[in-house]
Amino acid sequence: MQQIDHHWQRFTLKQKLSRFTVYLCFIVALVLSVRTVEIIPEFFYDAPEQMADMFGRMWPIDFAFYPISVHEAMIETLNIATLGTLVTLIFSIPLALMNASNIVASPWVHWIARFFLVSSRSVNSLVWALLFVAIFGPGVLAGVLAIAFRSVGFVGKLLAEALEEINMGSVEALRATGAPWGAVMLKGYWPQVKPAFFSIVLFRWDINVRESAVLGLVGAGGIGVVLNDSMNLFQWQQVAMSLLAIFAVVVAAEVLVVNIRKRLI
Amino acid sequence: MAGLNKQSDTVQHNPFPRNWWVSGLWLVAAIYLVYSVNSMGLDWDRFTAGLGHADKLLDRMFPPNFSRWELLLDGLIESLEIAVISSVVGIFLSLFIGLLASRNFMPSWISTPVRGFIALCRSFHPVIIAILFVKSVGFGALAGILTLVIASIGFIAKLFAEAIEEISFKQVEAIRATGASFVSVIVFSVMPQVFSRFIGFATYQFDSNLRNSTMVGIVGAGGLGGTLFSAFQRFDYDFVAAILITIIALILFWEFLSTLVRRIF
Repeated sequence: MQQIDHHWQRFTLKQKLSRFTVYLCFIVALVLSVRTVEIIPEFFYDAPEQMADMFGRMWPIDFAFYPISVHEAMIETLNIATLGTLVTLIFSIPLALMNASNIVASPWVHWIARFFLVSSRSVNSLVWALLFVAIFGPGVLAGVLAIAFRSVGFVGKLLAEALEEINMGSVEALRATGAPWGAVMLKGYWPQVKPAFFSIVLFRWDINVRESAVLGLVGAGGIGVVLNDSMNLFQWQQVAMSLLAIFAVVVAAEVLVVNIRKRLI
Repeated sequence: MAGLNKQSDTVQHNPFPRNWWVSGLWLVAAIYLVYSVNSMGLDWDRFTAGLGHADKLLDRMFPPNFSRWELLLDGLIESLEIAVISSVVGIFLSLFIGLLASRNFMPSWISTPVRGFIALCRSFHPVIIAILFVKSVGFGALAGILTLVIASIGFIAKLFAEAIEEISFKQVEAIRATGASFVSVIVFSVMPQVFSRFIGFATYQFDSNLRNSTMVGIVGAGGLGGTLFSAFQRFDYDFVAAILITIIALILFWEFLSTLVRRIF
């Protein structure tokens, strides 16, 4: 009887080695981090007690605070999120067109577009807000621009991907008729990316509602300013009211977006 | 030619009919734009004045000042530590929480409350969670780690639960038929099916934690954000530029690494 002299192996040696390297690097990084991170153990053991104390101070929630300042700030927050999402379209649509390889073929243009998209995404919205507060002073304008600049990378990248995935048949047909560039864009590309476009924008709006709630911590308007003020005054019951309002609005925004997206797709 | 120029008798049909719903939507957006700009007191003067400030700010930011690189490196290492530890803890916890939240493995009386918990983790922005943790466990890396653990659970556990819900049950039944225990069923039939997607989620979450770990410092939760915020408050804009460049470089480097890792798995 013939002996089968090789084992079935799921991975090749190279795959095994590369996987092993990844695991090793991961473990080394973890061990190094745990050993060198500066954590005061007493703080850690104390944490549950301190948290219980904080939540105890938050109760009962100060509902009377809502009409005084939370309501107006919340509306402002929603306006910042919506306006920021609309402003971001001005920048992200051209960048997406530049980044989509089936619209612009030049690799230089791609790299320029990608540079802007990546830097927009790498800088956090809070950091953008800090920059814009330094430029325009504290207030809503800084918040709107921070939201807009942070969203450019997200919307631009996803929109470029959607553009690259379309079926080129109708575009080629339009080009063959000698249609001008604008007509090809509007009647060839746009109908195919329309559902993706609205779903990306709605998705980003949902994220922006969350983000605009915290911009006020660095002075860029919205509910964050109210939250920060009541926290600095140790008015924990008012803090709880602001948090509850943020929670309610975020959940409502998510439900709204999910329902609209279901109808779109 | 005469035949070509003659109008045909059939009704001219526009192949691109106007979609009144979409036109209405754009109109609403335009009206909203005017309303919100007016109601929030945004005006052109402030914007143009700000552009002058932006010029000055950029002037002071460049060239970036790397002379205090030790401070920068300390913050960077702390950010990395926060990101690594919180990703590991968060993803590890998410494995179990995701399993508990999957509706095909768990009865609804377990999965529904667990899903509620995940939604709660996700609905607050990391900065708000960071503030609460800073108040309860004090300044430093611990607050940052706890914050990002919560953020990771909110994201990974949800995706993981969805991945488990989508698996094929044939393999589960095959393993069950051998009389395997619950743990063996999970390890040998569920894990192989979801592992590669799980690596994808994990690298994505590490990416997101890395970005956020450079931000939670703004509210005192350790990492490069604290360095950034104090540089901002002392108007050391050239150092701010250096920090921002470091953050962008770090994230670009990780994007390069993560594509490498994803190719291996």
